[in-house]
Amino acid sequence: MNNFEFSRASDVADAVRQMAADPGAKFVAGGTNLIDLIKEGVARPSRLIDITRLPLGRLDETGDGGLRIGALVPNSDLAYHPQIEKRYPLLHSAILAGASPQLRNMATTGGNLLQRTRCFYFYDTTTPCNKREPGSGCSAIDGLNRMHAILGTSEHCIATHPSDMCVALAALDARVLATGRDGERSIAFADFHRLPGDTPQFDTNLKKDEIITAIELPPKGFATNYSYLKIRDRLSYAFALVAVAAALEIENGAIKEARLALGGVAHKPWRDRQAESQLHGAPAIRESFVRAADNVLRDARSFGHNDFKIELARRAIVRTLTQAANGTPQSQGDKRIR
Amino acid sequence: MMVTLHVNGVANKLTLAPWTTLLDTLRIHLGLTGTKKGCDHGQCGACTVLVDGRRINSCLTLAVMKDGAQITTIEGLAKDGALHPIQRAFIDHDAFQCGYCTPGQICSAVGLIAEGRAHTADEVRELMSGNICRCGAYPNILAAIEQVISQKSAAPPRDGGP
Ligand SMILES: Cc1cc2nc3c(=O)[nH]c(=O)nc-3n(C[C@H](O)[C@H](O)[C@H](O)COP(=O)(O)OP(=O)(O)OC[C@H]3O[C@@H](n4cnc5c(N)ncnc54)[C@H](O)[C@@H]3O)c2cc1C
Ligand code: SF4
Ligand code: FES
Ligand code: FES
Repeated sequence: MNNFEFSRASDVADAVRQMAADPGAKFVAGGTNLIDLIKEGVARPSRLIDITRLPLGRLDETGDGGLRIGALVPNSDLAYHPQIEKRYPLLHSAILAGASPQLRNMATTGGNLLQRTRCFYFYDTTTPCNKREPGSGCSAIDGLNRMHAILGTSEHCIATHPSDMCVALAALDARVLATGRDGERSIAFADFHRLPGDTPQFDTNLKKDEIITAIELPPKGFATNYSYLKIRDRLSYAFALVAVAAALEIENGAIKEARLALGGVAHKPWRDRQAESQLHGAPAIRESFVRAADNVLRDARSFGHNDFKIELARRAIVRTLTQAANGTPQSQGDKRIR
Repeated sequence: MMVTLHVNGVANKLTLAPWTTLLDTLRIHLGLTGTKKGCDHGQCGACTVLVDGRRINSCLTLAVMKDGAQITTIEGLAKDGALHPIQRAFIDHDAFQCGYCTPGQICSAVGLIAEGRAHTADEVRELMSGNICRCGAYPNILAAIEQVISQKSAAPPRDGGP
């Protein structure tokens, strides 16, 4: 690891102040992504600002009946919180599909949103990578791209966002609360992560001096008809090739509301409002789900090694929507896909 | 930086560079080499220790961030010369071959049992998936942990210790 200064933030204002004072500084929370990237030489911070002693570890009800999750709530505590298990089982399931128990004990809610891509070239400092070194080129487009994106790519970057938790948060229409020099703001989840375009060095729209303080969940949790299906190279402790979060509201066999978010296929958790609205009013049957899958993947494009992902995503979408409709969500313990 | 780490019940005052991991602190500064370095990137679980009773990967933890914490390593599990039940069960079930992953497996299993969420073999497998065994001793590791879980549910809870 490179040598860096280390300091603790005493409150949120102090964290923002310390960040503003040092252009090379980074916040550190669970450390599970940042420490790894420092070891690899991908991140070379001049200072780490330890935010783990800030009072951001609470989970509270909001005025409108939703939940506010402090940025420092560990992933495991969040997954197993009784309110999450009962009211937002999609989020519970997605978190448990990610990483390992040890890592989930360390990883925080805020840090999970800001974890960086697992593109091998991003990690390998001897190769060109526009995300790591803007303007150097993208090694993945003509290289090993089995894990890479099929939606929303650009000629500058085809990386995916690796988070499972974020796929569920996208489906649930969560909001991100952040505080910076200009005060606090609330960011819709869809506007938090971004597509690569010609500036893939930016994963999100969070500003450099902003600290995430909380995530807010709206009251609606889709606790009856939901499923999180993650397809990967081994059954546990591996990143998604394709992941699907589905949440449905069904009335008399017809879909009243549909939420569909994909992981492992794009630079951000992928939501498609057009495909969702096409499901509204449709019967909750396979034919509707096939049409939705085709719709989501209408502009999908692959790069060689990841050609299989388009068909895999199509089948995973149909399967996950079917599981959701049947009220038989994918188990993250018994991995059999039914 | 000056930090105090309570390791296996002993307070250690240390002066550490901020980029020192908890793993290197335990192994190099405190000579506790039971905790192993496998991948050094959070991918294998060999470095698993308990911090304030929770299992974590010490290779991705900065020691300075754990100032004041209670840390338990494999060296701290036996009490008064008696092996921890998980250690005993690993021996009974021959739950290792080369032994390199074993301290991490055992600390992870202690954390797993404290969490109390693994009741079936599938659940033990899934919730132990953060510990890779290169020798493939998984069936015996599973048997050892299942034995302790079934003893636990049969016997009244013991006091003290992780
Ligand atoms: C081997 C391995 C396997 C994994 N597998 C999976 C998986 O299958 N699925 C999955 O979803 N994830 C997986 N992960 C990733 C893991 O979930 C993330 O590393 C973790 O969620 C990051 O959280 P953290 O608190 O440790 O972040 P840190 O490493 O502390 O920080 C990450 C980034 O966020 C910034 N940051 C942290 N908190 C804040 C805040 N409050 N405000 C502003 N900035 C902040 C930091 O500056 C840093 O840039 C895996 C990780 C490893 C090492
Ligand atoms: S896909 Fe993105 S992260 Fe990977 S090499 Fe190309 S520019 Fe870098
Ligand atoms: S050495 Fe820490 S997880 Fe491998
Ligand atoms: S016993 Fe050899 S790695 Fe597990």
